[in-house]
Amino acid sequence: MCTALAVVRTQSLFATAMLAGAFSLLSALLFVTLDAVDVAFTEAAVGAGISTVLMLGTLALTARFERPPSHSPVIPLFVVLVTGAALIYGTLDMPSFGDPNAPAQVHLAPDFIQRSPEEIDVPNIVTAILASYRGYDTLGEVAVVFTAGIGVLLLINGLRHRRRRKDKEDA
Amino acid sequence: MRHHLILRVVTKLLIGVIMLFALYVQFHGDYSPGGGFQAGVIMSVGFIIYSVVFSLADVQKVLPPWFVHKLMAIGLLLYAGTGVYSMFVGYNYLDYDAISPHHPVHGQHYGIILIELGVGITVTAVMVTIFYAFASRTPVMDDEAW
Repeated sequence: MCTALAVVRTQSLFATAMLAGAFSLLSALLFVTLDAVDVAFTEAAVGAGISTVLMLGTLALTARFERPPSHSPVIPLFVVLVTGAALIYGTLDMPSFGDPNAPAQVHLAPDFIQRSPEEIDVPNIVTAILASYRGYDTLGEVAVVFTAGIGVLLLINGLRHRRRRKDKEDA
Repeated sequence: MRHHLILRVVTKLLIGVIMLFALYVQFHGDYSPGGGFQAGVIMSVGFIIYSVVFSLADVQKVLPPWFVHKLMAIGLLLYAGTGVYSMFVGYNYLDYDAISPHHPVHGQHYGIILIELGVGITVTAVMVTIFYAFASRTPVMDDEAW
């Protein structure tokens, strides 16, 4: 919470990138306390590791300090507050944390826990669900990652090649 | 960062451990938390740290950009190809029972290892590609600039 506020308030973008990394690490700890170890793992590796490096890489390309805002922050603040209130209102309908009667605990989870030792026999049921029962989902995720890579390649590398070609024509 | 002796020595020590840990997360994902996504990210961190502490040119000698670009596609094709194979043998798409019809549970194990390998390769390659794309545009700066 404090880290998030600090991220918003700091003017130095270098400090912001570092604080964002710390924020990711803290939310990874939060996932661990919620017993979602796989998610925490991903959050720590991607959020705290890679994205901080990429942000620093971007920083090196652009300016080090935030420009003072040119318009009043009232409307964005209003939008954020309304969205946040709507999200909190939405959570009121959700079953409380650890509720044994929640729909997810009643139908799907016991089914997976019962079936996976016989059908897949992998001790980590998360892996069994992700890789086998939801193989299509994971295939889609990999395709998304692949597309992101191709997109960055086209946007950033393509630009450089074009510029180089133009330089050659000019010369 | 040529003159940071401690950083360079520690990085040299750590890179091997990081990559070994990535392989552990990759192939032990059936038993412990982890899997292709996490392993891919950790593996790419090994390359990125090398590039940050030494130089981009040094990493690109080990892992040239054209090879990383191929790897991106190879991982996805490995995943999708597993599904296509199971379809050819007469099962549903991505039904790993097809890999070992007499012993479906073994088939599931092989299938999961194969597709996680595909995921790991693609994620590693994409992360390294994105880093290359950013880093190769960055002018080399001295430490004072920060």
